[in-house]
Amino acid sequence: MNALYSLLFVFLLVLIPLFGVDAAHMKTFFGVCIPITAFIIFLLGFIYKVVNWGRSAVPFRIPTTGGQFKSFDPVLFKQNKYDCPQTGAQTFVRMVLEVFAFRSLFRNTAASLHETKDGPVVAYKSSKWLWVFAITFHYSFFIVALRHLRLFLEPVPFFVNGLEFVDGLLQIGAPTMYLADIGLVAGVLLLLGRRLVNPKINYISYVSDYFPLFLILAIALSGIYMRYFAMVDVIAIKELTMGLVTFNYHIPETIDVSFFVHVFLVSVLMVYFPFSKLMHLPGVFLSPTRNLPNDTRTKHHVNPWNDPNIKAHSYADYEKQFGPFMAEAGLPLDNPENAGAEEKA
Amino acid sequence: MSDMPKADELFKSIDYTPPLTGWMETPVNFSPGNWCYPAKPEKIEYIESKLPGLWGKAREWSPGDADWKLPPNWRETVVNGFRERLEKFRTLKLFMDICVRCGACADKCHFFIGSGDPKNMPVLRAELMRSVYRGEFTLAGKILSQLTGSRVMEEDVLKEWFIYFYQCTQCRRCSLYCPYGIDTAEMTMMARELMHLVGLNTNWIMEPVTNCNITGNHLGIQPHAFKDIVDFMVDDIEEITGRRVKAPLNEHGHEILFITPSGDVFADPGIYTFMGYLMLFDYLDLDYTMSTYASEGGNFGSFTNNEVMKKLNAKMYHEANRLGCKWILGGECGHMWRVVHQYMDTMNGDTQGPQMTTPKSPVTGTVFDTAAATKMLHIVEFTADLIKHGKLKLDPTRNDHLRVTFHDSCNPARGMGLLEEPRYVIKAVCNNFFEMPEGTTREQTFCCAGGSGLNTEEILEIRLRGGLPRGNALRHVQDRHGVNTMACICAIDRATLIPLADYWAPGVQITGTHELVANALVFEEGEKRTMDLRQEPLPGFEDEDDDWTPPNTEEA
Repeated sequence: MNALYSLLFVFLLVLIPLFGVDAAHMKTFFGVCIPITAFIIFLLGFIYKVVNWGRSAVPFRIPTTGGQFKSFDPVLFKQNKYDCPQTGAQTFVRMVLEVFAFRSLFRNTAASLHETKDGPVVAYKSSKWLWVFAITFHYSFFIVALRHLRLFLEPVPFFVNGLEFVDGLLQIGAPTMYLADIGLVAGVLLLLGRRLVNPKINYISYVSDYFPLFLILAIALSGIYMRYFAMVDVIAIKELTMGLVTFNYHIPETIDVSFFVHVFLVSVLMVYFPFSKLMHLPGVFLSPTRNLPNDTRTKHHVNPWNDPNIKAHSYADYEKQFGPFMAEAGLPLDNPENAGAEEKA
Repeated sequence: MSDMPKADELFKSIDYTPPLTGWMETPVNFSPGNWCYPAKPEKIEYIESKLPGLWGKAREWSPGDADWKLPPNWRETVVNGFRERLEKFRTLKLFMDICVRCGACADKCHFFIGSGDPKNMPVLRAELMRSVYRGEFTLAGKILSQLTGSRVMEEDVLKEWFIYFYQCTQCRRCSLYCPYGIDTAEMTMMARELMHLVGLNTNWIMEPVTNCNITGNHLGIQPHAFKDIVDFMVDDIEEITGRRVKAPLNEHGHEILFITPSGDVFADPGIYTFMGYLMLFDYLDLDYTMSTYASEGGNFGSFTNNEVMKKLNAKMYHEANRLGCKWILGGECGHMWRVVHQYMDTMNGDTQGPQMTTPKSPVTGTVFDTAAATKMLHIVEFTADLIKHGKLKLDPTRNDHLRVTFHDSCNPARGMGLLEEPRYVIKAVCNNFFEMPEGTTREQTFCCAGGSGLNTEEILEIRLRGGLPRGNALRHVQDRHGVNTMACICAIDRATLIPLADYWAPGVQITGTHELVANALVFEEGEKRTMDLRQEPLPGFEDEDDDWTPPNTEEA
């Protein structure tokens, strides 16, 4: 049901520019106003959210340790440097692996119950499907996004050209079919399928989990449609996008309506981004269970809001209360007067 | 225990198919057995007098009743407390925002694996809080409500929190697998802090808290009784070894202060571990003292709120300073070590006296720079160093009748990274060591399901369900390798793994690591030991006139 709502919602979003551009001739509105506004909301929202996180303290260092710590004898007990980092450099590697290789997800297992002749068995097997889906999706999305830099930069940076070359290496059809385009659609469909088919995941999914998937799917499909079917005028589009970057707005007449659909959906994504779970993008960098070295026994750290007024129940009070018993039991007393029996617990 | 289903029946009852109703509409089971008893009012009154303003009104109430006698302004209290904690903890704020509900954590929780209750999936347990966060604090949540999984704070929500945040042992296994490191333990701690504000608590946590504050240990053992218990153990050691060991208490002027969880002074098999410490220290003629005042390493405050955690922890340095000790040696304990490792120095480091120094083994001279800030060393590090330097004469054949596996405690494993030292020690004192299956040990270890204040009888079924993953792995090595002993380095484990093993892997006994060490420890040339620390005859070392047959020798 949540998935249907999301799908319906994305359909409505597609209709808006279709209607708006074709029937109402609001090309400037959809080609300039909306994307600029969306970008500003994205930027400010993104920064606000990250700054807002940053304003909250990290009073304690609580890394989740995933291997042997640095022991007193590093030869006998070899430290697992990247799952249990102790220095800044080791922690940096842990984060790089986390961000670029989804290392924690790579560790994923699946638990299952079996009744065997020897009795009940709980089995765990490595389960890398989610990792494969997620990697496919994120890297494809990343490459596709980078390729779009071609539209916003003049001259086109060498790495964007290089990326395009590698991405189009298979040379299927004309224009060249990009691997990342396929990867992106496949990635979204796989993640979506998993959410729909796996009963546990389905159970925990909201509209806000399906919506970004359908939205990104629609963005990818509209992009593919533009490029491979509508064969839009890329030169004209670059004129428009360069106009956006240089604040020198110009809407060429030859741009197909599919472009406006694409841009509108991307704008929706930008607006939606800072207020949604998509903020896991910056969030992963800030996670205190991953981005802190496991050095709390070695180095002193300060809790910014530690209350100095919280003190231990003092030994003096303890001895006052239990003094007679302690004296009788032969335990040493700091203050011999406490041995007197006037105060009983 | 009488109406407990048999292990096979319980296993068959587990169903991972989610209910037909959405999780917000699925009612919560408040029948007895699903919750721990609330704290006795006098416990709350006492702690309120020490740390005012954190507890709500002390009262008699029951989770089974419709009316929980919440204070009239409970809603504002919880929502404001929530807001305050979002400012104080980046973890909470971040973890509220960034979960994508990928479900990687879903089947990592032992309570989910053993119950199939979807609200025991860490993602959904956190959603119990996250839904309120979205509904109360985010614009999108306020506008779109149900579509984004938002709801406002209501009595039913709070009651649901009580059930499920006391069905989390803060073991952090989910955090290991989460692609963003979201830590349910952190959220459980926050939810419990918020519930305490309006007087929702459990006695099995609050009574130990008050006891720890008054007497120094969670059982409320008073100093003279503590000394009696230690004297009993010294007598037992003499019976076993013929040697009268020293057991210094509250003495000034020693180098080392030894602190262990008080579970080790109280019941089987913890007391054997405690005897093991005493024997080891006597063997080394260690310059140490114990304390009746700081006689608890386990910190029940960490199951309650930050303030209590700090207050109870502060005793350790306070006592080291009073007695003039240079550093602290800590016993085998789970959550005590998470607190010592990740919190202690940050909370209480500035109360270390000038006499405190980086721990240095007086026997081997090893300086433990790894503990330079806390000045507190784990006993398996200490013992591993002794063994490495050949300072202990050991006869592992005394443990030959034992086929041993090792249970990593959650906190040292996932909140510290202490994995190899205990294995090294155990392998030095036992000839038969077997690992449980991959995926259930080291950082992936499964909880005993009794940690974080759940080690109480009234929720035994939930504990045994949560104990399925650990019990099943144990059963596996029992069947395959004839394992009859599970060693651990945690006092809660020593208490909770016994019913767990009796239920899921009957015939396996539980032991502390230093019990094994002391059994193998050879005091002097020609020493003849016929009994183990439990005063059971040692197979292969019996007196000639002893016609007793050792257990576990028929099969295996």
